[in-house]
Amino acid sequence: MSSKHDHDHDHEHHHDHDNRSDISLRVKAVESLLVEKGLLDPAAIDKLVDAYENKIGPHNGARVVAHAWSDPAYKQRLLDDGTAAIAELGFTGIQGEDMVVVENTPTVHNVVVCTLCSCYPWPTLGLPPNWYKAAPYRSRAVIDPRGVLKEFGLEVPASTEIRVWDSNAELRYLVLPQRPPHTEGLDEAALAGLVTRDSMIGVGVPHVPNVGAEK
Amino acid sequence: MNGIHDLGGRHGMGPIDIDPKQPIFRADWERRMFGMFILAFAGGHFNIDQFRAAIELMAPAEYLESGYYEHWLYSLETWCKANGSLTDKEIDDRMRKLSKGDA
Repeated sequence: MSSKHDHDHDHEHHHDHDNRSDISLRVKAVESLLVEKGLLDPAAIDKLVDAYENKIGPHNGARVVAHAWSDPAYKQRLLDDGTAAIAELGFTGIQGEDMVVVENTPTVHNVVVCTLCSCYPWPTLGLPPNWYKAAPYRSRAVIDPRGVLKEFGLEVPASTEIRVWDSNAELRYLVLPQRPPHTEGLDEAALAGLVTRDSMIGVGVPHVPNVGAEK
Repeated sequence: MNGIHDLGGRHGMGPIDIDPKQPIFRADWERRMFGMFILAFAGGHFNIDQFRAAIELMAPAEYLESGYYEHWLYSLETWCKANGSLTDKEIDDRMRKLSKGDA
């Protein structure tokens, strides 16, 4: 390759601070050139960034999960055809065109990764966290899922089977976590509040409501 | 292609950097890069397979050393140069100009 990129480094190993300002400058240069040539609308960039930073995120997926917990018929539709069932709640669009929902049960725990890249269900979870896109998680999730989950503070019992799903450019996975205990009387909004992003990737579990009697 | 991007099963990549407070975009240039990618994609500069293919052809050391949105920049540049929308010289000249004006 002929381009002379200088390299920005992730926080954990930046050897050269000049590189970080250089990449920023290079992106600015590319943007200003494309705008000048009429190929790009800078206001449209602002809009997209705002949408993915503030509007589209795991609260969408949490609504899907809470609805599935509350409505067995919906849950069945969700497991049968994830894309259509998720679209019922209005969540559609790029990087969510073909959705498969995998259900956690007392005997099966599902984990999602994209070993090749960073494929992730944008309409339901927003943009992926940085660790999802980085080499350590991508390399290890498929050979040592239990070790990886431990790093996230999640101990899955040895008797529980772990299934790891490798996403790709066309097909994205969403984990349907198990409904936590002590949630019988909760409405969907309250249930959605218990669902975390990590629980829908499979590296965490939903919050359990404080009930005092049990931890 | 069994390139460097095919990370599944590789050893020695280190611990996972789990920081729940980490923002989606860690710098403003990442925001701009994200938006440019979507618009360039929507504008037909590349399709999603081309976009990934360019990243997968990065030199292995460069791939591992550079950050996520740098991969995106690399691919965007690759296709914009291929279709004549950008040249290296233009980018270099503009960077020089911007760095003077930015001070």
